[in-house]
Amino acid sequence: MDYGTILSSALASALGPTAIVYALAAIGLNIHFGYTGLLNFGQAGFMAVGAFGLSVSVVTYDLPFVVGILVALLATVVLAIILGVPTLRLRADYLAIATIATAEILRLIFGAVETKDVFGGSNGLSGFAQSFNDLNPYGGGLDIGIISYRRDDLWTLTVGWALVALACLLIWLLMRSPWGRVLRSIREDEDAVRSLGKNVFAYKMQALVLGGVFGGLGGIVLALSQNNIKGSDFSTNVTFYAYTALLIGGAARVLGPVIGAMIFWFLMTGIGSFFSQATSGADPLIPNDIMTDTQASLVRLVLVGLGLMLLMIYRPQGIFGDRKELAIDAR
Amino acid sequence: MRRTTHVLVTAVLALMVLLLPATAASATEEPSPAPATPSASTPAPVDTPPPGAYVGVTLVDSSTEPPTPVPGVTLTVTSADGDEVGEGVTNDDGRAFVSIPERGEYTVELDETTLPDDVEFDGTTTRTVNALLEGGNFVQFQIGVAAVESVPFAEKFMTALVGGIKFGLIIGLAALGLSLIFGTTKLTNFSHGELITFGAIATYVMNRAFGLPVILAVVAAVVVSAAFGWLQDKFLWKPLRNKGIGIIAMMIVSIGFGIFLRSIFQFGFGGSRRSLSQYVTQKREDYGFFSIADKEAAIIIVAIVVLTITCIGLMKTRLGKAMRAVSDNPALSASSGLRVDGVIRSVWILGTALTGLSGALLAINSQVNFQMGFKLLLLVFAAVTLGGLGTIWGALLGSMIIGILYEVGPLFGIPSSIKEVGALVVLILILLVRPQGILGRPERIG
Repeated sequence: MDYGTILSSALASALGPTAIVYALAAIGLNIHFGYTGLLNFGQAGFMAVGAFGLSVSVVTYDLPFVVGILVALLATVVLAIILGVPTLRLRADYLAIATIATAEILRLIFGAVETKDVFGGSNGLSGFAQSFNDLNPYGGGLDIGIISYRRDDLWTLTVGWALVALACLLIWLLMRSPWGRVLRSIREDEDAVRSLGKNVFAYKMQALVLGGVFGGLGGIVLALSQNNIKGSDFSTNVTFYAYTALLIGGAARVLGPVIGAMIFWFLMTGIGSFFSQATSGADPLIPNDIMTDTQASLVRLVLVGLGLMLLMIYRPQGIFGDRKELAIDAR
Repeated sequence: MRRTTHVLVTAVLALMVLLLPATAASATEEPSPAPATPSASTPAPVDTPPPGAYVGVTLVDSSTEPPTPVPGVTLTVTSADGDEVGEGVTNDDGRAFVSIPERGEYTVELDETTLPDDVEFDGTTTRTVNALLEGGNFVQFQIGVAAVESVPFAEKFMTALVGGIKFGLIIGLAALGLSLIFGTTKLTNFSHGELITFGAIATYVMNRAFGLPVILAVVAAVVVSAAFGWLQDKFLWKPLRNKGIGIIAMMIVSIGFGIFLRSIFQFGFGGSRRSLSQYVTQKREDYGFFSIADKEAAIIIVAIVVLTITCIGLMKTRLGKAMRAVSDNPALSASSGLRVDGVIRSVWILGTALTGLSGALLAINSQVNFQMGFKLLLLVFAAVTLGGLGTIWGALLGSMIIGILYEVGPLFGIPSSIKEVGALVVLILILLVRPQGILGRPERIG
């Protein structure tokens, strides 16, 4: 058992591109769920639209990279509006079902054989990150002993964490503004806000669009870090993991989703690496009769499910949350 | 498609997949001994399509005018898992048929050495077929000129319709379970798909591990599912209700529970698809406008009988009345002397048993996989929402509409590889125009 490798892979993952993607997605969900009380289960759809908005513009239609980014962001805004108009007036569980269904529709269409010419089918699209990587100012990779990143990853990380920091700053400023206070009061009591003459629908829509754009940014970072994107990257589990990350850190807290995403991926990679080592080699710690290495990769998913349940039951406010502020309930 | 420049002869392969998940029932059928090993014996040319589901290939030499069939060529069909499903040899009309056990992806390989010497072939000997439609699913496999062979639309439509009714009834059992649980507890259960899988895996375990005949295994699986529902309520949902956890928090708990169960299933069952020991491939009986295998007919009858009994029970018995009272107003029912917790417990048992039966029937219909229920979850949601959340008749009506739409949709232009999309679009549209569903009461839903 090589604990050094486990620790370094877990750390690399907690600071790596995946953590950034989930941090951005969870920041979006924080606006939806944490601050406004909207149960968006379709964050994967927003991420997919962001990622495919960029890659389809650049690869399929040969547009410049910057245009691709703009198309991606615009596409997430459009998706939020299309999704919001019918569903934002509905009860929370209807919104949840409608959003998860939309995300699945998008995933199926993006991965379908019939739309292969545009979205690349099951192989997806690749080779759109060149202009992004050309901007890379770093001469080489980074190696500080315990963790190391390749040159391209280092550039993605710099941009990604800068985006996360900017997003946090924006959320912090927004949520202490009158606008943010209205969002939080919508979460607490929608009817009370309505009786004060606020247009609840418009506020919810703005929150949905803003959170969706952060989800789209997450998708763009995912696309850039992999330099390949396909429909199956955006299964419903992506949304559920982002929720888990958000709930670990604490909803309705500025840094909650960021810390949550880092902890989530630290644990996911750490536990995965631990069990894969424990079941491999000539004399494995856990005999193959009990657990094969294929099964070992599933232990962390079992723990994610269990963790999400226990978190929601015993500590719904997460690590940083305030239980009094966040009385999660339906209206 | 790659083509060499000097192709003297172009072979035209028309691949016809008639997916009639088939096989035979009771009297004539022979219990197939192992999963996914149907007739792979001595390949001899056959002139008529086999009774069950099959992949059909037509080989024509299109360099001549009119094109001449190429007989005596061996074709091997392999499933997505790499198991050889069967071999076929083209007959004098250049046609070959290979039975397949289930819808899915199949690879057809042409044995080049068996081609006549005077035929030149371009080297593309394999072809992938995605057999998704339950009915006249037509896939073309051509190198050169297309040879179109089609089934009359009316027949395709009827077969798809019957498939849709069967699928709708299977979904209907699960949807009724979901709707009952939602009605009494107001919980939108995101782990409901895993309850379907649970029923299917229970059937598989009873059948394969304990050696019960499939029919007894189904009964046992329903009992085990009911017990699972009881356990779930006793150790998870009731403590949560007592703790006063809100329904959104419960919904997220159910997501976690779903991920947990799904991973456990995958841990124990593996990622592959497996078949039960009996009724894997079955002959289709022709009833004029449509043809249907006995096992499909049995599934339809069992589902109709169970649904009818359940619905009459819910309308007539005291328990049914109590369930409706609790779903209407739990506080008032409690103060009227109803044991609300007991009623909810019964609903969990009944709902999980119905859902388990749905999984068991699905296991007979096709195969068992760890995420088969999760893939259906949104269709079940769509059915329940379409009919009206929490209503019994609504769940059934919605399921029939979704089931038929799912199977018939591809005939009207929905790409068959993503035929769920049609049902999900309907879900969103219904939320737009009539969010309470077709039979739901127009209460406050916003």
